[in-house]
Amino acid sequence: MELDLPFIWAALIAFAVLAYVVLDGFDLGIGILFPFFREKADRDVMMNSVAPVWDGNETWLVLGGGGLLAVFPLAYATILPALYAPIIAMLLALIFRGVAFEYRWRSKKAERLWDWAFAGGSSVAALMQGISLGALVQGIDVQNRVYAGGWWDWLTPFSLLTGLALLVGYALLGATWLVMRTTGELAERARHYALLAAVATIAAMGAVSLWTPFLKPDYLDRWFRYPTALYTVMVPLMVIGCFLVIINGLQNKRDTRPFLASLGLFLIAYIGIGISFYPYIVPTSVTIWEAAGPDESLLFLLIGAAVLIPAILAYTAYAYWVFRGKIDPEEGYH
Amino acid sequence: MFESFDATILARIQFAFTVSFHIIFPAFSIGLASYLAVLEGLHLWTKKPVYIELFDFWKTIFALAFGMGVVSGIVMSYQFGTNWSVFSDKAGPVIGPLMGYEVLSAFFLEAGFLGVMLFGRKRVGPGLHFFATLMVAFGTLMSATWILSVNSWMQTPAGFAMNDVGQFVPTDWWAVIFNPSFPYRFTHMVLAAYLTTALVVGAVGGYHLLRRTAPLRAGTMFSMAMGMITVVAPLQIAAGDAHGLNTLEHQPVKVMAMEGHFDSHPDGAPLILFGIPNSEEKRVDYAIEVPKLSSLILKHDLNAPLNGLNTVPDELEPPVEIVFFSFRVMVALGFAMLGLGLWSLYCRFKGTLYRSEWLHRFAVVMGPAGFIAVLAGWITTEVGRQPYTVYGHLLTAQSISPISAPAVASSLIAFVIVYFLVFGAGTFYILRLMGRLPRDPHGHLGLGPIRTAGITPAPGLPDSPGGAHNHGSHGGAHHGA
Repeated sequence: MELDLPFIWAALIAFAVLAYVVLDGFDLGIGILFPFFREKADRDVMMNSVAPVWDGNETWLVLGGGGLLAVFPLAYATILPALYAPIIAMLLALIFRGVAFEYRWRSKKAERLWDWAFAGGSSVAALMQGISLGALVQGIDVQNRVYAGGWWDWLTPFSLLTGLALLVGYALLGATWLVMRTTGELAERARHYALLAAVATIAAMGAVSLWTPFLKPDYLDRWFRYPTALYTVMVPLMVIGCFLVIINGLQNKRDTRPFLASLGLFLIAYIGIGISFYPYIVPTSVTIWEAAGPDESLLFLLIGAAVLIPAILAYTAYAYWVFRGKIDPEEGYH
Repeated sequence: MFESFDATILARIQFAFTVSFHIIFPAFSIGLASYLAVLEGLHLWTKKPVYIELFDFWKTIFALAFGMGVVSGIVMSYQFGTNWSVFSDKAGPVIGPLMGYEVLSAFFLEAGFLGVMLFGRKRVGPGLHFFATLMVAFGTLMSATWILSVNSWMQTPAGFAMNDVGQFVPTDWWAVIFNPSFPYRFTHMVLAAYLTTALVVGAVGGYHLLRRTAPLRAGTMFSMAMGMITVVAPLQIAAGDAHGLNTLEHQPVKVMAMEGHFDSHPDGAPLILFGIPNSEEKRVDYAIEVPKLSSLILKHDLNAPLNGLNTVPDELEPPVEIVFFSFRVMVALGFAMLGLGLWSLYCRFKGTLYRSEWLHRFAVVMGPAGFIAVLAGWITTEVGRQPYTVYGHLLTAQSISPISAPAVASSLIAFVIVYFLVFGAGTFYILRLMGRLPRDPHGHLGLGPIRTAGITPAPGLPDSPGGAHNHGSHGGAHHGA
C-alpha cells in the first residue's frame, strides 16, 4: 500500500498550527490582558510566567509556514499573497511583542512604552491571525497556480468577526493560564477576566459557527446533511460542556481546569474548521493533493519529522516542567 | 531610472533590507552562543568566578541579540511567500524541506533550551544548565548549516530535475545539501560569525581595559578574544581564497564583477586594487592595478588567461559596481582583522597585552568590523548572483509574486520604520550593557599576574583603581533588571 504522504503531511501541519494556536495563544493572551493590569508588579509576574517558554511557542508558527513551503508549496505561494496585508501586519506586531520581553527590563524610562508594544503587538497579532483564518475560510481565488483575487479580499465582515473571536479566545487562554500560574490578588482578577472572556468566546464561537455554513454551499452541505449532521449536533454540546467546566473551575478554585477546558474549546473549534476545510488546503480552490510537492520532498522531510517532532515534544515538556507551579513574585527571573 | 522601480526591484530592496538586518543577529549569536558555552565550561572546570561573571554579562547581551534574531527571522520565513511566491512554488520542493529541517533540528532546540539557559539556573543543576547552553550553541550551528545549504543551492544548484509544472524536483538529496559551494560557504560564514563575536568581545574588553573598570574581567575577555582573532583571521583568509576559487569554477561571471574584469585577459589578468567601475563604458576608471596578480590569486599561475564580462550578454551581468566595492570592503576589513590578531600576538609575547593602550584602542575601533565585513560579503555573493534567484535556472524577474508595486512599497516603508525603531532601540540597549561592565567584585584577584582564559599567562594586569568600592556590587553581575 502506498503511503498517502500529502494526507500525512496535512495532518502534521494541522497539528503544528494547532500547537501554535494554543501555545502562543496563551502567551499572546497575556499581552492582550496587559492593559487591564496596571500595576508594574503584576505585569512583571505576568511576563515572567511566559518568558521562558514564549520563544518555543512561537517556533510552531515558523514550522507551520516552513512546513507549508516544504510540502505544500502551491498553498504557501497562493495563501501568503492573498493574505499579504494581514500577514505583514502580524509580522510587524510580533516584532514589537517579541522584543518587549527583553527590552522591558532594560530601561526604566521606556518600560511603559515597551508595555504598550507588548500589549499592542499581542493584540494586533491575534486580530490579524483571526482575520487571516476568516479570509481563508471564506475562500481564496487561485488560477494558473497564482493568487487571482484582489488585494482587499481578506477584509470582510466575516473575517473581522473571526479576528475578534480569536482575540477574545486568546484572552481566555491567557486569563486561565494566569489563574493556573499565579496567586493572590492577581489570580483573583484573572479569574474575573477569565469569566468575561469565556462568555465572549462562547458568543463569538456561536456567531462564527452560524455564519460559516452560509459562506459556501460546500460548508452548508457538510454541516447539515446526514450523516455528518450527527457530529454537528455534538459540537454545541461539547462547547457547553467545556464552558461549564471553566465556570465551575473558576468558582471552586480548581485552578488547572479552566485552562484545560479552554484548550478543549480551541480543539473543538479547530476540528470544526477542519471539517469545513477538508480536503482543501486553499479553500475551495486547491486540495491537499493538488498543492503537495513531489513525494521525494514529502518523504525526505517526513523521516526527519518522525524522529525530531517527538524529541521536540519531549524537551518542550521538560522546559515546561522546569518552570512549573505557581509563580513566586519574589523570584524575579530578571 | 525611476521607471525601473517596479514591484520586482521593490521586493528586492525589501528582501535585501530585511535580510541585512537579520544576518547581523545570527552572525553575532552563533559566535556568542559558542563563547557562552566555553565560559560556562571553563567555570565548571576551573571554578574561577570570573568565567561565570563573564557568562552572566554576555548572557544578557546574547538574550537581546537572540530575541532580535528571532523576530527578524520570522519575517524572513514568511517573506518568501508574500513577495516571492512564484519562486516559492517552483523551488519549494527543494529548499522547503531544508528549511523545514532547520526549524525541526535547530530553532526548536535553541528556543527550548534558551529558557532554561536564561532563567533556569536556580531550577536545574549546573550540569544540566551547561547542557542547555551547549544545546543552544549547537542549535545555532545547525541553523547555519541548513540555511547555508539553502543559500548555496540557490547559488550552485545540484541534484534536481524539472517537472511538468515547472517545479524543481529533488532527485538526489545528498547532492542538494552538499552542493558544490556549500562546504566553502558554510566554513566562511561560521568563521565570520566567530570573528565577528571575537571582535565585539575584544572591543568591549579593550574599552574596559582603557577605562580600568574591571581589569580581571576585561583582561580575560580581551585575551580570549585576541587569541581567537589571531587564530581565526588567517584561517578565514585561507577559507575566503578557497571560496573564491570555487566561485570562479561555478559562477565565473560573479568573479568577473568582483574583480572588475570587463575585458578578457588571455595572458595574465591584473589585480585592480582600487578603481571606479563604469559599466556604461565597460571599464574601470582610475584603476590602480598590480599586473598578473589576479591570475596568480585565482588560478595560482601568473600567466593564466581569465575571461571578462565581454564574454557574457549584458542582461546576464550582475550590477558590477556594487559587487566590486562590497568585495573590496570585505577583503580590506579581513586584512585589518589579521593585523589586529598579529599585533595582539606581538604584545602577548612582549607581555604588554593588557597595557598596550594603542592596541586596546585599535580593538575598540575594530569592534563593528565583523558586522560590516559580513554584510559586505553577503552583498557580494547575493548581488553577484543576479539576475538569477536559482543560478542559471530561474530569473529573479520571474520569481516575484503577482503583486502590485504600491503594496510592496508600503510594506517596505513599514519594515524600514519598524526595523530602525525596534532594532535601533535594541542596539542602544546592547551598547549600554556593554559600557556597564559591572565592577569587579573580586578586584583583589586582579592584582599581580594570573593565568587567564586558559590560553596564556597574563602578566602585569593593571592594578584595580577602584578596589575599595568594588565590593557589594555583586548583584549587578547577574542577569540584572
